[in-house]
Amino acid sequence: MSVIHDPLSEEATSRIIRAAVAASSPLEIRGGGTRTLSAGGAGRDILSSASLSGIVAYNPAEMTMTAKSGTPLDDIEAALSECRQMLSFEPLDVRALLGTGGIPTIGGVFATNASGPRRFVAGAARDSLLGVRFVNGSGEIVKAGGRVMKNVTGLDLTKLMAGSFGTLAFMTEVTFRLLPVPETALTVVISDLNDAQAAAAMATAMSMSVEVSGAAHLPESVRGRFLGGRLPGGAATVLRLEGLSASVSVRAEKLTAAMASFGPVGTLDPADTAQLWREIRDVHAFADGTARPVWRISVAPTAGHQLVAALRLETGVDAFYDWQGGLVWLRMESDPDAELVRRYIKALGGGHATLLRASAGVMAATQVTQPQGEAIEALNARIREKFDPAGIFAGNVATGARY
Amino acid sequence: MEQIGFLPPKAAVLARRDEIVGDLLDLLPEGCLVHETRELVPFETDAFVSYRRVPLAVALPETTAQVAAVMKYCHRYGIPVVPRGAGTSLAGGAIPQEDAVVIGLSKMSRILDIDFANRTATVQAGVTNLAISDAVSPDGYFYAPDPSSQLACTIGGNIGMNSGGAHCLKYGVTTNNLLGVKMVLVDGTVIELGGKALDAPGLDLLGIVCGSEGQLGIVTEATVRLIAKPEGARPVLFGFDSSEEAGACVADIIGAGIIPVAIEFMDRPAIAICEAFAGAGYPDDVEALLIVEVEGSETEMDDMLRAIIEIARRHGVKVVKESQSATQAALIWKGRKSAFGATGRIADYICMDGTVPLSQLPHVLRGTAEIIERHGLRVANVFHAGDGNMHPLILFNANDPEDAARAEQAGNEILKLCVDAGGCLTGEHGVGIEKRDLMRHQYAEVDLNQQMAVRAAFDPQWILNPSKVFPLEGRPAA
Ligand SMILES: Cc1cc2nc3c(=O)[nH]c(=O)nc-3n(C[C@H](O)[C@H](O)[C@H](O)COP(=O)(O)OP(=O)(O)OC[C@H]3O[C@@H](n4cnc5c(N)ncnc54)[C@H](O)[C@@H]3O)c2cc1C
Repeated sequence: MSVIHDPLSEEATSRIIRAAVAASSPLEIRGGGTRTLSAGGAGRDILSSASLSGIVAYNPAEMTMTAKSGTPLDDIEAALSECRQMLSFEPLDVRALLGTGGIPTIGGVFATNASGPRRFVAGAARDSLLGVRFVNGSGEIVKAGGRVMKNVTGLDLTKLMAGSFGTLAFMTEVTFRLLPVPETALTVVISDLNDAQAAAAMATAMSMSVEVSGAAHLPESVRGRFLGGRLPGGAATVLRLEGLSASVSVRAEKLTAAMASFGPVGTLDPADTAQLWREIRDVHAFADGTARPVWRISVAPTAGHQLVAALRLETGVDAFYDWQGGLVWLRMESDPDAELVRRYIKALGGGHATLLRASAGVMAATQVTQPQGEAIEALNARIREKFDPAGIFAGNVATGARY
Repeated sequence: MEQIGFLPPKAAVLARRDEIVGDLLDLLPEGCLVHETRELVPFETDAFVSYRRVPLAVALPETTAQVAAVMKYCHRYGIPVVPRGAGTSLAGGAIPQEDAVVIGLSKMSRILDIDFANRTATVQAGVTNLAISDAVSPDGYFYAPDPSSQLACTIGGNIGMNSGGAHCLKYGVTTNNLLGVKMVLVDGTVIELGGKALDAPGLDLLGIVCGSEGQLGIVTEATVRLIAKPEGARPVLFGFDSSEEAGACVADIIGAGIIPVAIEFMDRPAIAICEAFAGAGYPDDVEALLIVEVEGSETEMDDMLRAIIEIARRHGVKVVKESQSATQAALIWKGRKSAFGATGRIADYICMDGTVPLSQLPHVLRGTAEIIERHGLRVANVFHAGDGNMHPLILFNANDPEDAARAEQAGNEILKLCVDAGGCLTGEHGVGIEKRDLMRHQYAEVDLNQQMAVRAAFDPQWILNPSKVFPLEGRPAA
């Protein structure tokens, strides 16, 4: 039976970690458990952030917030919406896709470096993280970064903590930057483009000075899964515009005119826009209650559709694209075909694939994260050793880091 | 003025000087090694000119393979290596030391690939910041981070310092615009991190390399993001009767949910210096001046400017100057962009770079004035106010050692004030040697130890730019 440790303070966390080191008993770091596929924590004891909860400081005028790592994302978003502010990187909620429960926490958001459709204008979670407090594998309480937007004082350990999936240290507190919620948002929809045409249309849109803040392509096979089937036409290529109302309508006109040469163009109102981009963010098309393998693939934007076309010739896949085509959500009919997927990624200029979903057995048998070559893996191992000399979090490298 | 120490040169390395030069000559093509004392002098310092050290030799490789060969050689013999771009660091980041081989990237200045469909540029590390924007400007793109030194400074140096600029309020600093690097590790291994995809797998090594001040490896190539130029950009100039009012206005603009591309601040001395130099038409009867720039379509700019001007009026703005043409806009910026150069013409100065939370701006400006007065010095404040990144320019006379020591002392006190106000020692210039000995004021021992441990994961023997960033005492044994 694994024990769940639920410390109330950094000091208590430190004691738990030191005791675990003394007993050579590995720990699994857990936030809200939304990415936990099995309840048992792989037999390891669990170090949970559940009781490290609460907003420590919120200063709307400075657009920064400090919160304890276990604070539910819902609490954060509720506080932010009162001041019409938001996390600009649109953290995805994986629960529907993975069929998991749990409550997303702010620590988990940063530990997984979650980022959504606004990625190419607002960055990923790592770009919003200003400072962090953590307890390392020796039980030391460390702070990195701070609470100001610009900070180059020393090595940027906050970047390392973002996306470290519980493999380096236990985050106790995060400070992050915020952005104002745009006054309005709408979506320009171009219908019936094939994947290659869509890639060209999105590249054109991104080259214009209209500040597209979301560019996705939903091929015909998935289109019906979005907005309850209300998207017009066959395939839908969708472009989001956000900002002040007057400006958004001027930009929409300009964008619509330019996109008309690609195909029939329509628009979605703010309510549909909000829903659509949330569904794209959360990979709604593949939240199908199955365990069919789903890959998250990041490549150069123009390579996304080429990758899918190449894979289609060899195996059964379904896919849609975010980030102008550079983020491919790929569902396999049966086998994850890791070797095949990665071979084509390499052939098309590089990138990486992470297996986000599959049955437990398939997960265990698959290299879920992208192998990075000897020199980088050696460097990663040395860095981990500097945070966690006893290897108390090492098990997370195999399990936690898979997503 | 000689207060900041360097590591003592390794006698064993100095003793082998001629041998090392001979070996490096063998490793590099002709004309790629500087080793005559007279020719080494231009490399003895950077833009933090109070400190100078003539290096053992300067390698100017033309390829990544040559960088790797030199690095491998130096690693084998424990010879310190100082990477160098254009040497415009204001923190002494590129100042060498007597036992060091400088690896300068100036010959690696080719743009390798421009990919408009993916909006990326891949360049060699010695390419200047402005050269990237110049190369893509005809096609309607730009590279966003724009340090005032952009004509000279290199992308490798920008990565070394995680540099920023006036327009970073909207577009972020170097780290937010960097997609990938090719770099040479301390043992000569060449690795590639990231690429044209928007994110990279695994631990964020790219994130830790950016801003590492040449301590983790030598960047030889970089892939950066390009952004479509906005339809238009327009600055407005505000004059206020007090710095406090100007500071409060900045906080209110941001608090109102408006993010301009830039908010620049100048106090009275800075206004006078810039106006005398650039004739930008700045008012001479105000205590503080703000330049706020917005961009977008005409409608969007009109909307934003209207809202911004209304906020300024609430703070009792005395002068409002809207630019009516591109020429007027350029003139408004000309004054600001020449601030450092213009100051350099009237006195020697050191440029501080602390960042503070916006709400603390008025408090820190007041404190700065007090510190300066106490030391009997003069200061001109000109800085990126939108993100709280202060640049007090402390004026002094470099020929007077006492004056210089006072300036350095005052600078240290100002930086401590920034940290105590919830800010940090440096927002964009880096630690270098300048702020190295203040690091303990911002970080506790465990914090610094964690950073140094990560550094050691890359460079266990501490041979890469070893005198920088971390206080010399209390380092882990190599
Ligand atoms: C007048 C003036 C105005 C300035 N304005 C700004 C400003 O607005 N914003 C701002 O952020 N900075 C500014 N700076 C500071 C400076 O220009 C930046 O820090 C710049 O990025 C340094 O680039 P460089 O090529 O000159 O690098 P250098 O000064 O040569 O080196 C800087 C650091 O990077 C390391 N380094 C250089 N190249 C590499 C490489 N290829 N691989 C690994 N490490 C490397 C060096 O070892 C050193 O630690 C200004 C400086 C001056 C003199």
